[in-house]
Amino acid sequence: MVAIVGNIGRITLDWVHAVLRVCVLMVDTINWMVVAPLRGRGLRVRSTIEQFVSFGVMSLPIVSLICFLIGAIMAMQASYQLARFGATRYIANLVGVAAMRELAPLMTAILLTGRSGSAIAAEIGTMKVSEEIDALDVMGLNPTKFLVVPKFLAMLLAIPCLTVVAMFVMMFGGFCLTTVVLGMEPQLYFEQTASALVMKDLVTGMIKSFFFAVVICWVGVYRGFQVEGGAEGVGKQTTSSVVTSIFLIIVVDMVFTIFFYFM
Amino acid sequence: MANVNDYVIEVRDLVVKYGERTVLDGINFRVPRGQTFVILGGSGCGKSTLLRNIVGLMRPHSGRIFINGQDFTAMNDRGRIAVRKKMGVCFQGSALFNSMTVGDNVALPLREHTKLEESTIEIMTKIKLELVGLGGFEDFMPAELSGGMKKRAGLARAMAMDPEIICYDEPSAGLDPIVAAGLDALIRKMQHTFNLTSIVVTHEMSSVELIADTVCMLKDGRIVEMGDMGRLRASSHPFVQQFLDRRPDEEGEGGSEYLRSLTGGD
Ligand SMILES: Nc1ncnc2c1ncn2[C@@H]1O[C@H](COP(=O)(O)OP(=O)(O)O)[C@@H](O)[C@H]1O
Ligand SMILES: [Mg+2]
Repeated sequence: MVAIVGNIGRITLDWVHAVLRVCVLMVDTINWMVVAPLRGRGLRVRSTIEQFVSFGVMSLPIVSLICFLIGAIMAMQASYQLARFGATRYIANLVGVAAMRELAPLMTAILLTGRSGSAIAAEIGTMKVSEEIDALDVMGLNPTKFLVVPKFLAMLLAIPCLTVVAMFVMMFGGFCLTTVVLGMEPQLYFEQTASALVMKDLVTGMIKSFFFAVVICWVGVYRGFQVEGGAEGVGKQTTSSVVTSIFLIIVVDMVFTIFFYFM
Repeated sequence: MANVNDYVIEVRDLVVKYGERTVLDGINFRVPRGQTFVILGGSGCGKSTLLRNIVGLMRPHSGRIFINGQDFTAMNDRGRIAVRKKMGVCFQGSALFNSMTVGDNVALPLREHTKLEESTIEIMTKIKLELVGLGGFEDFMPAELSGGMKKRAGLARAMAMDPEIICYDEPSAGLDPIVAAGLDALIRKMQHTFNLTSIVVTHEMSSVELIADTVCMLKDGRIVEMGDMGRLRASSHPFVQQFLDRRPDEEGEGGSEYLRSLTGGD
């Protein structure tokens, strides 16, 4: 009994510690991202651009490919149901709304977790193990300013951009399948899509993608700084960054979906 | 020779703990300007920890560290950054930034802390690299260098801001004797050319004889002997004699002692 209570206490304390550390990291990041540049302490623009290229531009092919296929798959699955009622024209509505509101932001986030979130954790973790973080520190260069802020800004830019691309590619995937395989009139598909979508769908998707970016970057950075020991620690934290990040993305997605449902 | 009372580094009653475990327990020493102070001791006795405290990467549990007479341990972050600019650190694994070229590594502190022209920075980088015998390696990536060259590049980076104090963590560990001797000579040269105050952490006796003005021997978080090499050789402390003679621990004793030290018992 005592042991159980003790364990619960310890786990709670660990959680409180983790949350505190994340808060400190957040405050520090925002400080170096917003307050310090306003006071003329500089922002690392070049490094941010490099990170943007690595997170955003380099992810474009894989995000596009996967979203195209998912659009096509969705159209196929929708047709399976809708054809029974002779309502195949509504495939366009279904694909459009699902892509905008849900699947494009989600797929982009999950792909970038695997591709870039893990890379952030591994990079920072490796730098910690090889004393590079310490080296920054003794040179009087703040690791948050130097490493975290460029990644954070790049991620905040890259994910919404990718999400917009993903939305259109996904609808294009649905379009290709419906017109080529199911033989729908392209004109009809366009009209249906246009009639189905409203501005709110786009906004919903964009807001989600923004918060996904925050989650991916902070989980990666947090896990990276958590690395202890050697290469083994890097591997462990990288894996756990992907798991934590996907879990939190789904939670955030859930919260926003409920929120926008009632809005 | 500088004023005898001119101590650049002074450590007073330093106690350092990792969690519950005391790693350093009451360390006291002073380093005069322009001298080389060697911290000697077995693996895991807390040498790197001591160095991390001196350069301000850790805050001690208790005790004080004075750098140029200023209480480093009581300073706020801004004051510490100002003091750190006068310190160079060579890390055990050289800690070069792997994503940058050697030249960019050396130029980084200059680019971040000074408003020098890019052309000036390039020249200074070249000079620092030539100083450590790496002239012409600016465009190499750290991964393309050998172990000894990485250490040299790390030294060039530590020297970039023309520090007064330079700290080396195991400069010759993992290097073959010839490269290690070359590094020792380099440490000596740096000290003489720039009147640097150096702190060298090592467990290599051969390099100690070459570079040390003062040696302190650490064991179990305490200093067991301190003085020049002659004093160390004449020491009656059994651990010092064992270390100098390279005698192994008595069978079994070492293991259980190590285990006890890990589990935190005294
Ligand atoms: N971050 C840490 N957390 C807990 N214990 C540590 C940490 N770093 C080092 N130690 C312990 O402190 C002791 C001294 O470590 P260190 O200063 O690296 O030794 P040395 O450099 O002399 O080999 C070792 O026994 C090590 O296990
Ligand atoms: Mg060490």
